[in-house]
Amino acid sequence: MTGTPASQPRVVTRPSVGRPVPRLEDLPLLTGAGRYLDDIELPELLHCAFVRSPVAHARIERIDVEAARAMDGVHAVLTLADLMPKLTSGRMPLGASPIKGENSSTPFVLADREVAYVGEPIVLVVAHSRYLAEDAAAQVQVDFTPLPVASDARAAMAPDSPLVRTELKSNVLNSFKVGFGDVEAAFAGAAHVFSDVLSQHRGCGHSMEGRGVLAEIRPGDELCVWSSTQMPHDLYYMLQTMLGLDQDALRVVTPDVGGGFGPKYCLYPEEVALPAAARLLRRSLKWVEDRRETFISSIQERDQYWSVEVAVDAEARLLGIRGSLVHDQGAYAPKPVNLPYNGATAMSGPYILPAYSMDVHVVHTNKVPVSSVRGAGYPQAVFAMERTMDLIAAGMGLDRAEVRRRNLIPPEQMPYTKKLKARSGAAMVYDSGDYPASQREALAAAGWDDFPERQKRALAEGRYIGIGMANAVKGTGRGPFESGVVRVGQNGKVSIFTGAAAMGQGLATALAQICADQLAVPPEDVTVISGDTSKTPLGLGGFASRQLVTAGSSVHLAARAVAEKAIRAASSILEVDEDQLELREGHVHVRDGNRSLGLGEIARMLRGAPGYAFPAGVDPGLEASAQWRTDSLAYANACHVVEVEVEPTLGSVEITRYVALNDSGRMINPMIVEGQVQGGIVHGIGNALYEFMGYDDSCQPVTTTFQEYLLVTATELPRLETIFRETPSPKNPIGAKGVGETGTIPAAAAVISAVENALAPFGIRISQTPVPPQSLFRLIEAARQSQAGQPPRRKDLPDDQET
Amino acid sequence: MYEIELLINGRPFRGAAEARTTLADFLRHTLRLTGTHLGCEHGVCGACTVLVDGVSARSCLMLAVQADGAIVETVEGLAEHDGTLHPLQQAFRDAHGLQCGFCTPGMLMTLVELLRETPHPSEDEVRDAISGNICRCTGYQSIVDATLAVAGAAGTEGSEP
Amino acid sequence: MKPPPFAYFRPGTLDEAIAILGRTENAKVLAGGQSLMAMLNLRYVFPDALVDINDLFELSGIEIAPERIRIGAMTRQRRIELDAELYEAMPIFRDALKLVGHRQTRNRGTIGGSLCHLDPASELPTLALLLDAGIETAGPAGVRRIPVGEFITGYMMPGIGPDEIVTAIEFAPWSVAHGHAFHEFARRHGDFAVASAAVMVERDRQGVVTRCAIAIGGIGSVPQRHGAGETALTGSDGGPDAIAAALESCAGLDILGDFHGGPDYRLSVARTMLRRSLTAALARASERTQQA
Repeated sequence: MTGTPASQPRVVTRPSVGRPVPRLEDLPLLTGAGRYLDDIELPELLHCAFVRSPVAHARIERIDVEAARAMDGVHAVLTLADLMPKLTSGRMPLGASPIKGENSSTPFVLADREVAYVGEPIVLVVAHSRYLAEDAAAQVQVDFTPLPVASDARAAMAPDSPLVRTELKSNVLNSFKVGFGDVEAAFAGAAHVFSDVLSQHRGCGHSMEGRGVLAEIRPGDELCVWSSTQMPHDLYYMLQTMLGLDQDALRVVTPDVGGGFGPKYCLYPEEVALPAAARLLRRSLKWVEDRRETFISSIQERDQYWSVEVAVDAEARLLGIRGSLVHDQGAYAPKPVNLPYNGATAMSGPYILPAYSMDVHVVHTNKVPVSSVRGAGYPQAVFAMERTMDLIAAGMGLDRAEVRRRNLIPPEQMPYTKKLKARSGAAMVYDSGDYPASQREALAAAGWDDFPERQKRALAEGRYIGIGMANAVKGTGRGPFESGVVRVGQNGKVSIFTGAAAMGQGLATALAQICADQLAVPPEDVTVISGDTSKTPLGLGGFASRQLVTAGSSVHLAARAVAEKAIRAASSILEVDEDQLELREGHVHVRDGNRSLGLGEIARMLRGAPGYAFPAGVDPGLEASAQWRTDSLAYANACHVVEVEVEPTLGSVEITRYVALNDSGRMINPMIVEGQVQGGIVHGIGNALYEFMGYDDSCQPVTTTFQEYLLVTATELPRLETIFRETPSPKNPIGAKGVGETGTIPAAAAVISAVENALAPFGIRISQTPVPPQSLFRLIEAARQSQAGQPPRRKDLPDDQET
Repeated sequence: MYEIELLINGRPFRGAAEARTTLADFLRHTLRLTGTHLGCEHGVCGACTVLVDGVSARSCLMLAVQADGAIVETVEGLAEHDGTLHPLQQAFRDAHGLQCGFCTPGMLMTLVELLRETPHPSEDEVRDAISGNICRCTGYQSIVDATLAVAGAAGTEGSEP
Repeated sequence: MKPPPFAYFRPGTLDEAIAILGRTENAKVLAGGQSLMAMLNLRYVFPDALVDINDLFELSGIEIAPERIRIGAMTRQRRIELDAELYEAMPIFRDALKLVGHRQTRNRGTIGGSLCHLDPASELPTLALLLDAGIETAGPAGVRRIPVGEFITGYMMPGIGPDEIVTAIEFAPWSVAHGHAFHEFARRHGDFAVASAAVMVERDRQGVVTRCAIAIGGIGSVPQRHGAGETALTGSDGGPDAIAAALESCAGLDILGDFHGGPDYRLSVARTMLRRSLTAALARASERTQQA
C-alpha cells in the first residue's frame, strides 16, 4: 500500500515502481515484429543514396549529374540548387541553445561550393532501389580543387593554420573561460603542484541501427517524416522552418529506434534533404544510413586535449586547478558549445575544489562534426580529474583512494553548490548523494585494501596485475520540461502520451510503472505513445540522461491528477464523500460497501453525453496533462573499480574484474537500471582500449569498417559486478536521477588507472585514451629504455596513436 | 532476375531477385520478413544472422540466389503459432537480454544454433558463440545470463524448439 | 553498401566451372563468400561475373589415409573444426579453426576460399605452409599440384591462373606422437591475428626434438616458415636455450608495420606467441611420446 497523505487520493495498489517489471517493449522486438525505419514499406516508395565528399577539403568546381540521371531506374539526381525551391535556407539552423543566433558554422543541406570533411553530402540520388541509387551515385562526377586541411585541433588554432572552411576567419569557433576563486593564490600557497597533458580520442556512437529518414507524401500534401532520431519534436520544429510549412502540414514520427547513444540527438542534413526532395518530386522517399556512412557522417566525439595543473596542500587537499582545454569540433558545429562547456564545468566532479580556471578553445578541423556521444564531455572531464587524482597520489606516495577520500564532498554538505553555472545559467547545485559512502562501498566490494598483497604475489610470478578506480558525478534530467499526458480509454486502459523519445532504453516500461501505481492498474494495462508529433503537441526528446526524470515526473503528476479526478467524479456520480472512496484495481470503490465504478465507466461519463447530466466539480475527459518544469539537474554518481592483467610483450590488457557502484536515485525498474549501467560500462571500456576513429594527416578516415574500428564483444569482458545505492533526488517528485550515461563516464578513467597501476614497476604514466596494445607496448618499451639509461622524460613518449 | 523458392520457418516462399541481391535484402524487402536486420553489411556485426539448412549464416554475406531451395529459419519462426515464446525469447525477456532490439534477432538465431548443438553450454561457450554478434546496448551479460538460464532449465532434452 | 551488378553462374560440374572462367572476362570464383561478399558490399571489387562453386559437391570432404590427408577446397571451416577423425590425426586443425572468424562465418567459409584470399594473418594459409601442403588446382590445362611455398607468391596473391580453381589441399600427417600448438594474438576473439605461431614437433624418448616445423602468420606480407627456429629446435633437447634461440632468430623474419603496430611490436608479439606455441607443442610431444 502506498503512503496516503490526507491531501492525496487514496490509492490501494501493490507498487510496481522499484520492481524489475518485464519490459512492455519486448514482445515485438523478440519476435521480429519490431518496426524500425528500414522496415517501413510504402506504395511507390523510392530509395535514396548520397554522393559524399571523398576528400577532406576542396572547392567544388563542377557537379555533373547527367550520366547518373540517364541511368535506368534512376528517378532524380539532385543538387542543392535543385532543392532550393523547397527550402528557406540551404544551411542547417543552429541546434539547441543558440549563441546569439549565430549561424556561421552549421552544416549545409548539401554542399555546393566547398566540402570540409570526407563524407559531407553533395548530391542526393533517387532511384527505384537502393542498389540502383548506389550505382547512380558512383556515376556522378564532381570536380574538386583540393584545399589544405587542418587535422590537429591544437595546430589549427595557430593564425597561419589552413582554414577548415574558406568562409572562416579563424578555426577557433569560440574561446571562453570557466572558473571561480583565486587560482593564483591557490598555487602560490600550494605544498605540491602537479601537471599533466591529457587527451581522449574520438569514437563513434554506433547504435546498431544507423540513422534513417523516410519522407512520406500523403494525400492532401501532408508531409509525414519518419526519422530514426532522438529528437522528433526538434525535427518537427526545424522542418517547419526549413521547409516553410504550416504546422498542420507536417508530422514527424519515430518508429522503433535501434539505439541512439548521442549521434541521433543532432538534426542532420539528410533529415532536411529528403523531405525537401519528396516535396519537390511529390514522391515518398527513403534513405537508410549504411555503416560506412555512419563512419563518415554521423556525429563523433571525445577529441579533447587538456593541460591540467593542480595545486594541493600538504594533506593532498585540492587548492586549485588551472589549465586549458582544446576541443576538436570537426568541420561544423551543429550544436554550439555543449560538450566543452559540459567538460569544463564537470571536471571537479564529486570533489571540493576551492579555485578553478579553465581556458576553453573550440576549434574546427576537417573531420566529421562533433556533438554528443554517450557521456557528452563528461568522460573527458572525469578522465582529466581522476587521472589528476592518481597523479597526486603517485607524487605524494599516498593511496589513490585516500587522496580522493580527503577531497570528496561529505554528505552533510548536501545540497552542495558548486561555484559554477550550468549552461542554462542556473547555479550548479548537487542535490543529493553520499560520495564517501559510495567510494567506501565500491572499494570494499572490490577488495581494494587486499590488492597490494595480491599484486606483490603476482609480480613474483612475473604477472602484471593492477587495480584502478574512478569517481564520477553526472548532471541528469535536463529540463526545461518533458511532456506527459495521461488519458483513460473507454475500456479502462490507460495511455500515456509523451514527447520523450524511446530508443531502446525501456522508457515505456518505466513510465507505465510510474503511471500504474498512481491509478492502481497493472503496468501492462498502460500503453505509452511517444515520438509522434501528431499525438503529442509538445516535447523535447532524448539526451543528457533526462527522460525518466523529466517525463517520469510529468507522468507522475498527470497520473495523480487523473486519480484525483476519477475519485471526484465518482463522488459526484455515486453521491458518496470523496474520503469514503478509494482507487483499487482500476476501480473507484466505496470503502464500506460493494459499490464501485471502473475507470473506463468514469471515462465514458466524462466524455460527455448531450442531454445528460455531467458529474459536478470536474472538467471533461478522464485525462490530465503535466509539463513538469525544471531548471536544475539531478546529480547521479558512480564509483568504478577495475582489475586488469597486462602482458607487457603484447601490450594487451585483460579486464579481470569490474565492480561498479551506481547511485541514480530512486530506481523505478532496477532491471532496466542495471542494463543501462552494464551497457554504459562496456561503451567506456571500448573508449579506453578498443574504439579509435582514426584519420590520417590529410583527414582521410582510416577506420571505416567494423574490422578496423573495434567494438567490444562478449569474449573480451569479465562478469560486471554492479552495486546500487538509492539516494533519492529531492528535486523531482519521483526521486529519480538519470542512468543512461553514468556507466560510461568513469569507465575509461578507471580502466586506465588500473593499467597504469599494473605497470607501476615500469613507472609509466598514461594520459590518453584509447590505449590499444601497440601504444601500450611503446610506452612500456620507452620506460624500459629509460630505466636502462637516462631518467624518463615525458616528452619522449608518444601521445598519439600511430595510424 | 532469378526466381527463388525456399522454405522459411516451415512455409514455402517464392520471389524474384537480381543476382546481386543479398539474402538479407531478399528476406527483408522482397518477402517482407523484416525481423532480420542489417547492422553493418560487411559481415561483422551479426545482426543479420539466420539459419540456412540448419546452420547459422550471415545473410548479408549470401546472395539470395544461393538460398534457392534452402531451408531458412528466421526470428519470425521462433515463437509458437499461438504466440508462446521460444524458451530463449522468454529468457531474453526475463533477463533483460535486449534493449533496443536491433541485434536481438541475430543473437537469438546464433544462440538457437548453439543450444541445439550444445544444450548445456558453459558461460565461456556462450560468449564464444556470440563473439560475432555486436550489441551496443546491453554489455552482453544479460544475453549470456538469459542463455544460461535456458540451458539450465532445458533438462537433458536440450532445447530443440 | 550494396554489391555492384555482375553476371552470375552456378555450374554443376568442375569442368563447366573451368570453362566459364575460361571464357568470362574479369570473373571471380565465389566459394564461401565470407570475404568476397563483404568486399562486394563495400564495392572494393567490381567483377563482371561471379562463378559460384557451391554446387560442386565433389570439392567437399575430408579423406584421411595413413600417408596422406586430403581436404576438399569447398569443405566448410566449421566441418574441418568439428571433424573427429581429423582431430584424432591432426589436432592442430581444431586449435587453428577455433580462431578463424566466428561460428557464422566458419559455417559458410571454406578452406579453399581462405587459401585463395591469402590474408597473411589468416590461420589456414599459415597452417598449409606449416604442413608443407600441396594445393591442388584444376584448370584448362588439367590438374596441378602446387607446393604451398609456390602457391603463396605475395601479399594476398595466390599463384593460380584466372581460369584455375583450387580443388583440394593435401598433406602428409605427422606421427601420432607429434606435439602441436597454434597460438595467436588478435585484438578481439576472431579478429585477424597481429601475429600467430603454429608449431609441430616430434621428440624421441630422450626428449630430443627429431622434427620441427614453425610457421609465423600476421607479421609479414605472407605467412612465413621460421627456418632458423626450426634449425634451432631440431636436434636440441627442446629446453629453454633452444627455445630462446628460436625466439631470438625471429628478428630475421620479414616483418611489416601497419595500423595494428610497427615492426618491433609485431616482432615482440610473434615471439610471445612462438614461446607459447613451442612450450605447449614440446610438452604435448613429450606426453604423447611417453604414451605411445
